[in-house]
Amino acid sequence: MQNNRLASLLKEAVLTFVISLILFGPISGLVLDGFGFRNELGRSVTLAAIITAGRVLVSLAGMSEIGKRLRSRLTSSNSGVTVNTGQERSPLLPLAVLFLAGLALPFFADKYFLGIAILALIYCLLGLGLNIVVGLAGLLDLGFVAFYAVGAYLLALGYQYLGLGFWSALVIAPFLAGLFGMVLAFPVLKMHGDYLAIVTLGFGEIIRLVLNNWLEFTGGPNGAPVPAPTLFGLEFTRTAKQGGVPIHEFLGISYSGDYKFWFIYVVLFLVVCAVIYAVHRLRVMPLGRMWEALREDEIACRSLGVNHVFTKLSAFMLGASTGGIAGVFFAVHQGFVNPTSFTFFESALILAIVVLGGLGSTVGVVLAAIVLTILPELLRDFAEYRVLVFGILMVVMMIWKPRGLVRLTRPAFFPSSHSEAGIALRLEPQTEAGR
Amino acid sequence: MSTTETTAGPLLQFESVHAHYGPVEALKAVDVQISKGEIVSLIGANGAGKTTLLATIFGAPRTSSGRILHRGEDISTLPTNRISRRGIALVPEGRQIFQDMTVEENLMMGTTPIGMGHFEEDRAQMFDLFPRLKERRSQTAGTMSGGEQQMLAIARAMMARPELILFDEPSLGLAPLVVKRVFEVLAEIAAMGKTIFLVEQNANHALKLSQRAYVMVNGRIHLSGESAALLDNAEVRKAYLGLH
Repeated sequence: MQNNRLASLLKEAVLTFVISLILFGPISGLVLDGFGFRNELGRSVTLAAIITAGRVLVSLAGMSEIGKRLRSRLTSSNSGVTVNTGQERSPLLPLAVLFLAGLALPFFADKYFLGIAILALIYCLLGLGLNIVVGLAGLLDLGFVAFYAVGAYLLALGYQYLGLGFWSALVIAPFLAGLFGMVLAFPVLKMHGDYLAIVTLGFGEIIRLVLNNWLEFTGGPNGAPVPAPTLFGLEFTRTAKQGGVPIHEFLGISYSGDYKFWFIYVVLFLVVCAVIYAVHRLRVMPLGRMWEALREDEIACRSLGVNHVFTKLSAFMLGASTGGIAGVFFAVHQGFVNPTSFTFFESALILAIVVLGGLGSTVGVVLAAIVLTILPELLRDFAEYRVLVFGILMVVMMIWKPRGLVRLTRPAFFPSSHSEAGIALRLEPQTEAGR
Repeated sequence: MSTTETTAGPLLQFESVHAHYGPVEALKAVDVQISKGEIVSLIGANGAGKTTLLATIFGAPRTSSGRILHRGEDISTLPTNRISRRGIALVPEGRQIFQDMTVEENLMMGTTPIGMGHFEEDRAQMFDLFPRLKERRSQTAGTMSGGEQQMLAIARAMMARPELILFDEPSLGLAPLVVKRVFEVLAEIAAMGKTIFLVEQNANHALKLSQRAYVMVNGRIHLSGESAALLDNAEVRKAYLGLH
């Protein structure tokens, strides 16, 4: 037994060494020197040795008692779905604490951190929106950024041409983005999986290219300015620009650029909470159940009389609406929009948030959005390796947690203890009738 | 549930129905009649078009000619979700339950055509009929055994309070003992006053359960009649029962 382990460890070490030598050999072992090569193979051998040592250490750690326990805890969650028993403690108290802590954040955070928090919340919104489409309804959408752009440009262009402000844009954005969602959804109703992904990918690019090339309307690559938000006619700029009163004059305090971000943060936080609540309610409503059923088996759904057209349309439109709202916040936070903010990379990042969070899991999506926005900031010390480390972390997360950070929990509709009593009650009249 | 139906004639009737998968003609001038309260079975070899016949009722594929009459009205052009609201339910082949949803959520999905109004009452009835489902009510459906999943598929169809239930190969891939249980359940469901149209490869069980039967060969109805008579028919005995 001991020998066996040792042999497998040795085999693993040799394999790691050889593979890393092949990988690093040409990259760091051969150095271009004028027109010839300089041989620096010693360097790549050292690198390979370091990697091998690391691999052996990981294996040894995995064999120890603590490692074993850690590993079983990390991998035990592969089975997928947990079902609530209905006897969980009510999460109301921790939720309330979390809510108040979130609201109080601007009083503790500095401007830099608040900026990251706003970005994280915007990605939360985007993730929650895409989660409806991909996580719940199972429709792979690679062009989600289009709706984000629609929301952002609604505010920018609406201000420019129609004089729309932040609040009116916030109200109109979900409807306009929802309309765009419907435009996309109609032609793709009969598509599944890969085909659907390609069409949505194309849709996302079309929106971006139109924004980029319709110079006279959108300003093209030059972008468009976005007005600062207002609160009951009070403005957050140093001097009034939209015919109101600057808020610092109104309150008789000195001007600070931070007020605007405090305001955006608080409104955004409330909207995110509202969306989380809405999604939570939807999941236990017939519509939410139909989305999930459609994801599992469309044929069975249709035989049960589910209107698949309506179900798919509603998923697309509600997802798009949420994306549109996120766009408005993005625009008002940046104070300026241009098409480079709405590339395919954004769509991929939002999809990564949904998949990493655990398809369909609201808590997971929120966590993943926060992790994926804060992680790049924490990695700033690594400068140019940032994206590399980011990528590696995503790969590692997917290996350890293939079903996402947070496992999907199924709602328990009828608490076991109560329903047993309930059934007994219901059975009594029947038995009497039987006599 | 509509117990008294004034419309005379069969509950469901195929009138020389043709259906195509691309260029392939899967159904050729099929005539089938199902009256209220009957158990009718359809037997035949693999690829004879049995499942297609059931699928045309739900409009996938659509019929290329002929009519499907439900209580005298042509339903062959109705959208699928409207058909299930007419009191027709399907227990699909290979069960097709929602694997990642709980047993109770699966039952809830079954109420789609009629709403959740009778849910509590109907669920209690299903739990009486299938005590195993009650035990597993908050388990995800995919973690159950094949037989239990089949029971769930049947219970899910029953949740819509259908008048007519179409069963597509309910015994497929199940152990003999479980198959026996499935057919017992079918008999119980028939005793509740439901009309049953059963598509089966297991000709022996199907013919013993049903009152009338159709035999399908290459997209055509080859034989039809009283099930008891077909059980004694030399051709049927040889081709579908493996007897001589």
